[in-house]
Amino acid sequence: MSRLINDTLVVAERNLIRLPRSPDLLLAVTVQPVMFVLLFVYVFGGAINTPGYDDYKDFLLPGIVVQNIAFGGFLTALGLAEDMNKGLVDRFRSLPMARPAVLAGRTAADIVTNLFSIIVLLTTGLIIGFSFDASVVEILGGVLLLLVFGYAFSWVFALIGLLVSSPEAANSVGFIAVFPLTFISSAFVPVESMPSALQTVAEVNPFTVTVDAMRALWVGAPAGDAVWGAFAWSSVIFAVAAPLAVARYRRAASR
Amino acid sequence: MATPITASDPGHRESRAASSEPAISVSGLVKSFGDVRALDGIDFEVTPGTVLGLLGPNGAGKTTAVRVLTTLLRADAGSVRVAGLDAVRDATELRSQIGLAGQYAAVDENLTGHENLTMVGRLYGMRRREAKARGRELLGEFDLLEAADRPASTYSGGMRRRLDLAAALVAKPAVLFLDEPTTGLDPRSRLDLWATVEALVAVGTTVLLTTQYLDEADRLADRIAVIDRGRVIAAGSPDELKARVGGERLEVTLADGGASEAAIAALAQMSDEPPVAAGATIRLTVRRRGGALMDAVKRLGEAGLEVEDLELRRPTLDDVFLTLTGHAVEEVEKEQDA
Repeated sequence: MSRLINDTLVVAERNLIRLPRSPDLLLAVTVQPVMFVLLFVYVFGGAINTPGYDDYKDFLLPGIVVQNIAFGGFLTALGLAEDMNKGLVDRFRSLPMARPAVLAGRTAADIVTNLFSIIVLLTTGLIIGFSFDASVVEILGGVLLLLVFGYAFSWVFALIGLLVSSPEAANSVGFIAVFPLTFISSAFVPVESMPSALQTVAEVNPFTVTVDAMRALWVGAPAGDAVWGAFAWSSVIFAVAAPLAVARYRRAASR
Repeated sequence: MATPITASDPGHRESRAASSEPAISVSGLVKSFGDVRALDGIDFEVTPGTVLGLLGPNGAGKTTAVRVLTTLLRADAGSVRVAGLDAVRDATELRSQIGLAGQYAAVDENLTGHENLTMVGRLYGMRRREAKARGRELLGEFDLLEAADRPASTYSGGMRRRLDLAAALVAKPAVLFLDEPTTGLDPRSRLDLWATVEALVAVGTTVLLTTQYLDEADRLADRIAVIDRGRVIAAGSPDELKARVGGERLEVTLADGGASEAAIAALAQMSDEPPVAAGATIRLTVRRRGGALMDAVKRLGEAGLEVEDLELRRPTLDDVFLTLTGHAVEEVEKEQDA
């Protein structure tokens, strides 16, 4: 067990060292989220009706943070696909290290970058006029939920990264699989404004549950069971994706 | 890289090799991918402190064999022992005894050379300080100290390959696996790598290397196993293999490629087997070395054929492969590319 923790930390450190040296990835976790917030607030903001909210910013921010965090795992899909292609997975598998550590370390690194993204997004939001309606405990609870949710999705992306044949494929498969889910949810528009078939999808979508939980925690929206539901969804996603990813890694004959 | 390699530590190795057990022993290895039998019943042993060359064309099964031996793949049948450890039951312990350097330099391009080696050392279970010191030491041995703190993405191909080999040596492995270590290297880097392997073997490391270069196997290997279509079709020392294919080779290059039929007829009596023509080049195994060149010149002259080049040489491993499989190494590669 101490071996697993040690090796996981070594791999996580490796992934965090390399991030600042990849300008394209750095842009993806800094400039891109800010750009999305600004575009949504100033381009769509005036046109979207959000009953119960005085300002679209207050409606949008908890949603767009969830979307961004879900995509934080992209670094894992890209990183693993690259490691497979470059033969690094072979090197790792020939070492006497704990087997799950390559994945555990990769996804652990996402927690750090996700935390960084949350800070960037919140700072942007506060500058353009987002305001919390929450206690410190609720704000921190929201951050915790985001990290848990992001971590669960990192394992989904880990599975995608191991299944596809190249970093480019990881990019498009990840995008196609996750992007629509984030949009058919309460993240950007009220679910009630969608056609009824889509409403059904949106209501059971884990994104909707998580976004509703974030609104409950950060802007005082009625919570219902959303907060517990969101943690439950994250646990389920993790419990399904992590064993599949580990099994896939064990079998993965690197190309 | 000509500096002596301190990569091995015989004391630490004795405990395991004392029983004079082979460093590697493989028997009845079978591995299929779908309908393709990549390994079709492979057996061999490697004596500690020696080099075994797995020689064969692309697709012969060399890389699959290395992947099974290094626990990256599990065989369908057969058994593998490396450093006295079973590749399935004792896989983790086995991994701590081996080093692997592959066809592609498996280094993280965004990490510096030193960071790469430190990471590998820590994954072998070293403490951070120990791993860093070992990394420095290896960078010195592989002439990479000046580039130690630059990202590996700035390295040349030869430097990357050296870094990859250094990573394989971090834990001073008893058994080193090199999968086509010089494929794609320039001639200078190739010679450097050969010197490194020789230095490692001199201090007791056991090496298994795969190659499709016959001169490489000839130079480095104590024993060679020739692999074709997943089987060992011949094994022995380079000299033994050459002895198996008999006498001296005569190679005649004609000025006129169209005259090869006439040349074959003129030279046929010099050999027990019919000469073989490839374009303007005629090859035959001569019955007697003495006077063979003069004899050939005389015969070709009498037939009125103009000769551009004439060479008498000892058989090479190319000839070995041709004799054993009935096709040349290059031909197999072409078949597979098609």
